[in-house]
Amino acid sequence: MNRSKPITGELLALKDEIEGYAIEAGLDFFPQVFEVCDYDTINILAAQGGFPSRYPHWKFGMDYDQLSKGYAYGLQKIYEMVINTDPCYAYLLQANNWVDQKIVMAHVYGHNDFFKNNAWFSNTNRKMMDVMANHGTKIRRYMERYGADAVETFIDKVLSLENLLDINELFETSSLKRHRLEQEEQQKVESEDDGYLIDDRSQALKSFMRTQARMNKKEEQKPQEEEHLVAEKPLGSKTKDVLGYLIRYAPIEEWQADIIGILREEAYYFLPQRMTKIMNEGWASYWHSSIMTRKALDASEIVDFADKHAGVMAMSRQNINPYKVGIELLRDIEYRWDRGMFGKEYNECTDMKEKLHWDRKLGKGREKIFEVRKSHNDISFIDEFLTPDFCDRQQLFTYKYNPRTGRFEIDSKDFQAIKQKLLSQLTNFGQPIIEVEDGNYGNRKELLLNHVHYGVDLDVNFANETLRNLYSIWRRPVNLKTKYEEKEVIFHFDGREFKTQH
Amino acid sequence: MDHPIKRDHARFRKIVKGKIRDNLRKYVSQGSQIIPKGTDKFTVPMPSIDIPRFRFGDKSQGGMGQGQGQAGDPVDGKEDPNGQPGQGEAGEGEGNKELDVELSLEELARILGEELELPNIEPKGKKSLHSVVDRYTNIGTTGPDSLRHLRRTYKQALRRQIATDAYDPENPAVIPIRRDFRYRAADVKVEMQNAAVVIYMMDVSGSMGDEQKEIVRTESFWINLWLKSQYKDIEIRYIIHDATAKEVDEHTFFRTRESGGTLISSAYNLCKEIIEKDYNPNEWNIYPFHFSDGDNWSADDTKLCLDLLDKVILPVSNVFCYGQVESRYGSGQFYKDLTAKYGTGAEKLILSKIKNKEGILDSIKEFLGKGK
Repeated sequence: MNRSKPITGELLALKDEIEGYAIEAGLDFFPQVFEVCDYDTINILAAQGGFPSRYPHWKFGMDYDQLSKGYAYGLQKIYEMVINTDPCYAYLLQANNWVDQKIVMAHVYGHNDFFKNNAWFSNTNRKMMDVMANHGTKIRRYMERYGADAVETFIDKVLSLENLLDINELFETSSLKRHRLEQEEQQKVESEDDGYLIDDRSQALKSFMRTQARMNKKEEQKPQEEEHLVAEKPLGSKTKDVLGYLIRYAPIEEWQADIIGILREEAYYFLPQRMTKIMNEGWASYWHSSIMTRKALDASEIVDFADKHAGVMAMSRQNINPYKVGIELLRDIEYRWDRGMFGKEYNECTDMKEKLHWDRKLGKGREKIFEVRKSHNDISFIDEFLTPDFCDRQQLFTYKYNPRTGRFEIDSKDFQAIKQKLLSQLTNFGQPIIEVEDGNYGNRKELLLNHVHYGVDLDVNFANETLRNLYSIWRRPVNLKTKYEEKEVIFHFDGREFKTQH
Repeated sequence: MDHPIKRDHARFRKIVKGKIRDNLRKYVSQGSQIIPKGTDKFTVPMPSIDIPRFRFGDKSQGGMGQGQGQAGDPVDGKEDPNGQPGQGEAGEGEGNKELDVELSLEELARILGEELELPNIEPKGKKSLHSVVDRYTNIGTTGPDSLRHLRRTYKQALRRQIATDAYDPENPAVIPIRRDFRYRAADVKVEMQNAAVVIYMMDVSGSMGDEQKEIVRTESFWINLWLKSQYKDIEIRYIIHDATAKEVDEHTFFRTRESGGTLISSAYNLCKEIIEKDYNPNEWNIYPFHFSDGDNWSADDTKLCLDLLDKVILPVSNVFCYGQVESRYGSGQFYKDLTAKYGTGAEKLILSKIKNKEGILDSIKEFLGKGK
């Protein structure tokens, strides 16, 4: 369904110009493809996570509904979409004015460079456009075969668990993988257990075959397995990859396992982007700002540029704007490394005046930020480079709910508090850390999840509803161990009612 | 072909409508939740239908912000008139999104109809009002150039050329001449229109409190909605009465509070006058609704009312609806009087008692459930 078209004429010439600046600046990117489209198309693309073709599901319709309304009422507008693929696709809104197109293009080259070079993206599948389209086709086929409602309901349940991912899955380099496969091969021989072959690339396809193999095996092994049942060890080992665990151990049909595999693969594809939001946006903003102000901007466009740029950088008292924090922190790093404001000597210097005017004329700023964009994610980025000076200058603060006034109020402007808060917000890409602890809890084949509690409680209503969805996949009672209001509790759902055990 | 997302969107709308249907009773009993937007659109707020996930509780989490201020200052910006509205980006917010769902009048009416199993209304007086509509669905041989149908014209020319052997495949020039020209032409269609008038009468005497009026307001909103979906043309008139009656606009209707006695006949008289003056019963579907707490000043006046109903109002109306709102002060006598005279199964008279807000939906069903 082609609703966008390649750029031509003036825009194409502009692309060549901006690309020239990007190369000059040392950016290293995938081949860049720009397409233009109208606002409706860009709303569709945004609702579908940037991809022109996804599996059918109402949530895309919901997002589309909200985006369309937001646009129609003038509340929000998407200037651009960029997708992490090779070649890198980016969509420009037809109605953007000339300066907007310039900014967007420059911004996109920043993202493109980041996608290509940041370590966390090193294992992403760059042919995701096709993979997503194939997923759509597969799920449509399942819908024809098993009924649209049944498939949609199942997708609802899986999406409910979609955020339970293990970031370590992204690390699986080829050598690690080989090592693991070998180990598993061995285990297989030893325990006659079925091997769980992880291959990030085509998880969905593999899952299909794997479950089939498992089913067959089960048939054969039934008598033996029943013998084993009582003495069986807890299913699998502890894992945060809940979806992967369910594919392996939940009593589900092939097509259901395949759907979990599909959604899991897509979730892992988006994961690095969720982990590098501040850096990625900061990096792209740094480059659009740099390219525009040094090269691309015409004198007559300065006010428009300043206006747009300020809009993107707007600070909010209720949220961290990743564009703002990202760009400022990168600039701070560049400044510090240009002047040598780091290391033992600088840190141990107690003379405030000397510190302020510290300049060793190192000129290593550029080099440093390129290195940072290669090896960090948001957490390590903040952990390593956030300084008290920076927090002060950026007027960062933490806030919390005051039950007495019923409002959220500024809590602290202290550096440690800010850093702690920021890091805890970024930990596990902002999601609660949930791991499978036991698949045979109480020796009753119940599932036990553990919420690793770092001081913030779960939303109980949401947790219960999620357990309900988990139950319908696990088909045995499910439990969640967590802390609630300072007490250890286990939320339990057995298919009929919720219980809380203290 | 439409983009596949339209299917996702339609599916989303269907889910949303299902939710509204499931919660219709709540929406109806809480009156003001559904906000009209323009003439035929409504905004229905509903709790997010987002997929549940393990997530942090909102309040215990707190957050981070950027900007001026000292510890203890609220961050929601109310105290900060200089605060710039943040533009930034939407991000993947995981907050409690409230959905504002937009529904057209037809959609909302259909939900009401389905939930209450309301039959469609069989309008009377179909013959009398009709309008003529032009639809350009025909093709003619004359017409203005602006309506020339190029494709048909060239087809005609090609046909003629082939027939007269003037067509040369080697040089396939098709040149239409005067008599080849074809034009879009209008088909005249007669569309029947049925018009309806709803005349609301409400007792605003001292015994009708705010809660009672709120009930009437909510009920009339849904009744109007249903009737609007059934009739192309609808007029709504409002009468308030205590001991005397007067016609008012919608705003006044729901906000007036008078005191003093109650003569229901005054309203019925005015209703009769309005019908006689403006609405020929042969052309109009007439729906008088009367809401009161059932108090009438005297038995004599009640007799007068029954007389008016019998002789004038009932014969010209599609159906006359009387809704009695329970109030602490009202005796509810009028309902008994009407029941005594007409029984509960009368042909053109529908009686309903509305106990409280929760009773509104049932009452609507009683009024509209007969399909009249």
